[in-house]
Amino acid sequence: MYKEMLRKISETEYELPKVGKMNVPGRLFLSEELLKDVEENSLKQVANVAMLPGILKCSIGLSDMHLGYGFPIGGVAAFDVETGIISPGGVGYDINCSVRLLKTNLKIGDLKGREREIAHSLFRAVPSGVGRGGKLSLNNKELGEVLIKGAQWAVEKGYGGKEDCLHIEENGKMKNANPSSVSQRAKSRGMPQLGSLGAGNHFLDILTVDEIFDEGVAKVFGLKKGQVVIMIHCGSRGLGHQVASDYIKLMEEEYGYPDFDRELVNAPIKSELGQKYLSAMACAANFAFANKQLITHWIRENMKHYFPNFKAEVVYDICHNIAKFEKHVIDGKEKEVLVMRKGATRSFGPGREEISEDYRGVGQPVLIPGSMGTASYVLCGTKKAEEISFGSTAHGAGRVKSRTQAHKDMTFDEAKKDMEQRGVFVEFGGKKGLVEESPFSYKNIEEVVRVSHEAGIGKRVAKLKPVLVVIG
Amino acid sequence: MSYKFLNHTADVKFKVESSTIEELFSLAVDALNETIRGDIKILEQGEKNFEVKGKDLEELLYNFLEEFLFLLDAEDFLASRIKSLEIKDDNLKCVVVGDKAENYKFTNDVKAVTYNGMFVREKDGTFVCEVVLDV
Repeated sequence: MYKEMLRKISETEYELPKVGKMNVPGRLFLSEELLKDVEENSLKQVANVAMLPGILKCSIGLSDMHLGYGFPIGGVAAFDVETGIISPGGVGYDINCSVRLLKTNLKIGDLKGREREIAHSLFRAVPSGVGRGGKLSLNNKELGEVLIKGAQWAVEKGYGGKEDCLHIEENGKMKNANPSSVSQRAKSRGMPQLGSLGAGNHFLDILTVDEIFDEGVAKVFGLKKGQVVIMIHCGSRGLGHQVASDYIKLMEEEYGYPDFDRELVNAPIKSELGQKYLSAMACAANFAFANKQLITHWIRENMKHYFPNFKAEVVYDICHNIAKFEKHVIDGKEKEVLVMRKGATRSFGPGREEISEDYRGVGQPVLIPGSMGTASYVLCGTKKAEEISFGSTAHGAGRVKSRTQAHKDMTFDEAKKDMEQRGVFVEFGGKKGLVEESPFSYKNIEEVVRVSHEAGIGKRVAKLKPVLVVIG
Repeated sequence: MSYKFLNHTADVKFKVESSTIEELFSLAVDALNETIRGDIKILEQGEKNFEVKGKDLEELLYNFLEEFLFLLDAEDFLASRIKSLEIKDDNLKCVVVGDKAENYKFTNDVKAVTYNGMFVREKDGTFVCEVVLDV
């Protein structure tokens, strides 16, 4: 029924009119093709989010939107700091599930004939898999420092250089992160996992810059055609998952849950519990930043065995699942609001002080990983995104097929052959993941990116083609 | 008696039916385990004891399943079989046997148990539950 209610605004935008208890309308960045795959229930989630107190302007669904927990994945909403709420369902279980892009001094030809060997050795160098620990063994006090300092902790310990942190959202350290807001249970889950990739849809890719769409911006980001780049996708592991679970319970106990959706349990931003969740979320985000910094270090060390002069600089490190206080224009006036991005990327245009100085003239890099074996994209944030999507755009291809269905439609051998035909070397932890993460389970990334570009909320800069993939 | 997986785009959803509440919970653990490790057989090398509480059956099941995620992440323990399970009012006592997870290769990371559409019901002597796992 929600699909029938949609009003087409342009070739890339739809409005979900404000009905019933919705406080604001929904705004969807979709083409007709993408809309076909959007589930009725994820549209319902956009409407449910619009019913939350203090929501401003509109409840947003991005071009990769699909059914999530509470908010849809690819869902964005901004809340008034005085009257609004914070919901763990607006951030997600994998807090700061995020992507980092490294640019290297290698060219595609340098990898030729050694792909399998390199994939194999990276797989060994970067711990992955379920429950598996990283290479570190931390005590509670050390973990506390990780939660406060994020990637900056890793750099202090000799994993990488200070310059790495300049190209991370929040410089790799979310403020107001107080480890006492994180339960011992969450800490115990996180402690053995720092410095590990995880499993499922988390991966490490080596790609080449296949096509440049905007020479000027690509130059500022330091990307050239034929250059080898590396993408790391991981999050806050069990620590973040436990923080989400803990606060869903605590908020339900304290405030009950909205009658329209139990998953949208929340607390007022100004409340003690709301503030505590935001602090725990910042801790989990810092865990994820530190995690990627460690993985970056091990990649650098490992690649030096093959290429003694190997260099990998951080292009950018972006958050996918996060809530942040930001300034946006509401009713013609600039004010601070809380933006929740769930499976969405910040896409600020030129001039924002949050963007690293050397990129500030062009806008923030937006990294959109494709599904395994398909292209990934680098985009650039825009002023228009700040006007119409609270400075946000899509975060990935977005699932269209359940894991159960993936197994019905494809065997492991077929999935493997498909990767071979695409010319991608895959090193994987188990057979299940290869089938479940196959490109056939995902939306068409080209279309997701085209809609972002045409709608003006994230402009294409470069297309990256995968060469080898390491999945947990 | 059995569990089966239902279709869910982004996550994993399963349904369990049984004649007793203990078996229902135990089968739910089997479904969770299958999601994590597929059909790999886990040896019975170690044992864990734990207790959880919940003010209703949903919360009890949620806290029970979550304990297995905790054991896996924090103690590297992968369950093979529930050795004993006792449910009395709001309290659950469990003894589970299994092995160190590092001895196995498996890939499906279950991030969390969720309340998404979760229910535990009894009708005409049959217990039924549905659970969505965030993966």
